[in-house]
Amino acid sequence: MIPLSWLLALSGVLFCIGVVGVLVRRNALVIFMSIELMLNAANLAFVAFSRHLNSLDGQVFVFFVMTVAAAEVAVGLAIIVNLFRLRETVFVDEINLLKG
Amino acid sequence: MIPLLFVAFAAVLLVSSLLVILHRSPVASALYLVLAFCSLAAIYLLLHAEFIGLVQVVVYAGAIMVLFLFVIMYLNLGRDVESGVTILLRRGLGWLLGAALVAEGALLLSRGLAPGPAVPPAAAAAAGNTQQVGLLLYSRYLFPFELTSIILLVAMIGAVVIARGRSEPPGAGAPPPAAGPAAGPPAEDA
Repeated sequence: MIPLSWLLALSGVLFCIGVVGVLVRRNALVIFMSIELMLNAANLAFVAFSRHLNSLDGQVFVFFVMTVAAAEVAVGLAIIVNLFRLRETVFVDEINLLKG
Repeated sequence: MIPLLFVAFAAVLLVSSLLVILHRSPVASALYLVLAFCSLAAIYLLLHAEFIGLVQVVVYAGAIMVLFLFVIMYLNLGRDVESGVTILLRRGLGWLLGAALVAEGALLLSRGLAPGPAVPPAAAAAAGNTQQVGLLLYSRYLFPFELTSIILLVAMIGAVVIARGRSEPPGAGAPPPAAGPAAGPPAEDA
C-alpha cells in the first residue's frame, strides 16, 4: 500500500509545477494547461485521502471537479479564440487593454 | 511491487508535467500533458479508484486535450518567442516563487503531518468501485449531480455564444463567421 505522505508530496509538487507554469509562461494556452495541472494535483489529493480514510466521497468530489474543469476549458478556450480574433495574439503580456 | 510501480508512474508524471511548462511549442506541451494525465490515471488505478482512473483517461486525455489541440491548430500557433529582459526577469521571479512554495510544502509535510490511523479496508472490496461510486452519486449526491448537468449546459451555451464572435444585426443576410471550436456543431441557422 502506498503511504499517504508520498501521495501528498507528489500532489504538492505537481501543484507547484502548475503554479510555476502560470507564473513563467506568457502563452495563454500553456497557462491554461498549467491550471489543469493544478486541478489534477487537487484531484490526486482527494483520491489519496479517499483511499486513506476508506471512504468514497473523495472520489465523488473528483468527479465533480472534472465536470467543472470540462466546463471551464470549454468557456476558456472560447474566450481565447475570441481574443485571438480581436488582438491577433495569445500572449498575455500583450493583452494590456486594462493597463491604462 | 505496487510502490515500485507508483514511483515509476510518479516519475513519468513529474517529468512530463515539467516538460509541459518548459517546452516552447504549444502542441508538444499539450501532448506531454496527455502523457501526464495517462500516468495520473495509472496512479488512480494503483489506488483502487478504477472509475476515476478511466474517467480521467476518457474526459481529460480524451475530450479536454482534443479541444486544446484543436484550438492550437485552429489558431495556427508556432513556437513561442521568449526573449527580452522583462521576460527573463519575470521568469526568474516565477521560478523563485515556485521554489519557495515547494520549500514551504516540504516543511509542512515534514513536521505537521499527523494523518491518523488508516481505516482498514473492510467493505470496499465487496462490490466494484464503479458500482459503489454510482450508488453514492445517485443517492447522497443526487442534487449536486443534477447541478453538474446545469453547469455543463451553461458552459455549452456560453462557449457557443462567446466563440461565435461579434453578433451581426438580425436579417443582415450574411452568415456569421465560423463557429468556435468549443461550440460543437456550428450554428448554421444563427
